[in-house]
Amino acid sequence: MREFAPDVRLLAGGTDLMVRLRSGRFRPNAVVDVKRVSGWSSQIVETEGVLRIGAGVTMTDLVADTKVQRHFPALVEAASVVGSIQIRNRATLAGNICNASPAADTAPPLLVCGAIVNIASAWDERRLPLHEFFLAPGKTALAPSELVESLDLPIPAEPVGSSFQRITRRRGVDLATVNLSCTLNAAGEVRMAFGAAAPIPLLVNGTVASLEEMTAQARPISDIRGGQDYRQAMLLVMARRALEIARGRLSR
Amino acid sequence: MKLTINGQEIARDVAQHHTLLEFLRDDIGLTGTKECCAEGECGACTVLLDGKAINSCLVLAAEADGSIVTTIEGLEKDGQLDPLQQAFIDKGAVQCGFCIPGMIMAAKYLLQENSNPTEAEIKQGLAGNLCRCAGYSRIIDAVREASGGRK
Repeated sequence: MREFAPDVRLLAGGTDLMVRLRSGRFRPNAVVDVKRVSGWSSQIVETEGVLRIGAGVTMTDLVADTKVQRHFPALVEAASVVGSIQIRNRATLAGNICNASPAADTAPPLLVCGAIVNIASAWDERRLPLHEFFLAPGKTALAPSELVESLDLPIPAEPVGSSFQRITRRRGVDLATVNLSCTLNAAGEVRMAFGAAAPIPLLVNGTVASLEEMTAQARPISDIRGGQDYRQAMLLVMARRALEIARGRLSR
Repeated sequence: MKLTINGQEIARDVAQHHTLLEFLRDDIGLTGTKECCAEGECGACTVLLDGKAINSCLVLAAEADGSIVTTIEGLEKDGQLDPLQQAFIDKGAVQCGFCIPGMIMAAKYLLQENSNPTEAEIKQGLAGNLCRCAGYSRIIDAVREASGGRK
């Protein structure tokens, strides 16, 4: 990576990278396939209140994992609608984050659960909260020499209900027009994150009484998938739906 | 690189920028796998890579080094069509035919993971495969037939 920096692209699942290589949007000097690097992890490990998702974990692996299903149902819901089965068999959770699409489906549930990104370079490592990781569409806080090694998801210490909502033009294999995830605790505190509603996936905090103020922090644009007003209006609808489901899960 | 394609071990040099799809079609001559959108939307290039359905247009050939690849040509055994292939014929599920190799490979993976899918599960299993002729209902019938059609 040092030899070709900063013009290197890392290849994990390849479902975003290959499209951009073919379109000519990315023209790197080198593509490094990280899947066979020693120490590269495709494991999901639970230790001391944290679920660590290795950067090689695919959407299919994630959705099938009983630990993820138990603690992070909203993440399972989001990962199970990314692309098609063929895509989910290759695409990685870490790759979805590194691609930094404003519409990334796994970003909202990861933001609301307080995910931490474990970043490594040849000579250093650091941890960054996910809400500081996204900088702009397609741009992350990663330096050219760095890669994402894993994601840490803190397992909630108190009972929490969570859910994921998404609006698409067609039911399968579509990018989200808007997506949203929330968590709710017994005190009525709500963490909410939405995608395709701002230049980056956005995390906001509030309570069950402040859904309108929370969704008003979105800055959606109009594009081929939906208008600005439509997106803004749907966010509130989705927030109410998501909260209702989260409430049901909290009381279980 | 070395890999196993349809049960046969193959060792070949490969262009570093070639996709698995280009390798299968142009280098190996297995043209059953189709190229259509070349960006992972249509599923026409679906093959099994180490037992999992993937879009071969989104995988570099070099990534498949050491892997086991199954293409549509690998389903027939000793002159006998795979039950899925036979069901597609019996149900008249093939119109222009271009999407069918990808459809059958996606269905193969679906039935391998879930031997008795509901209609909703079949639709979900084939959501990554587009049929330009829109012959979906007979394709779904064929997959149901091949699964034993219990649900």
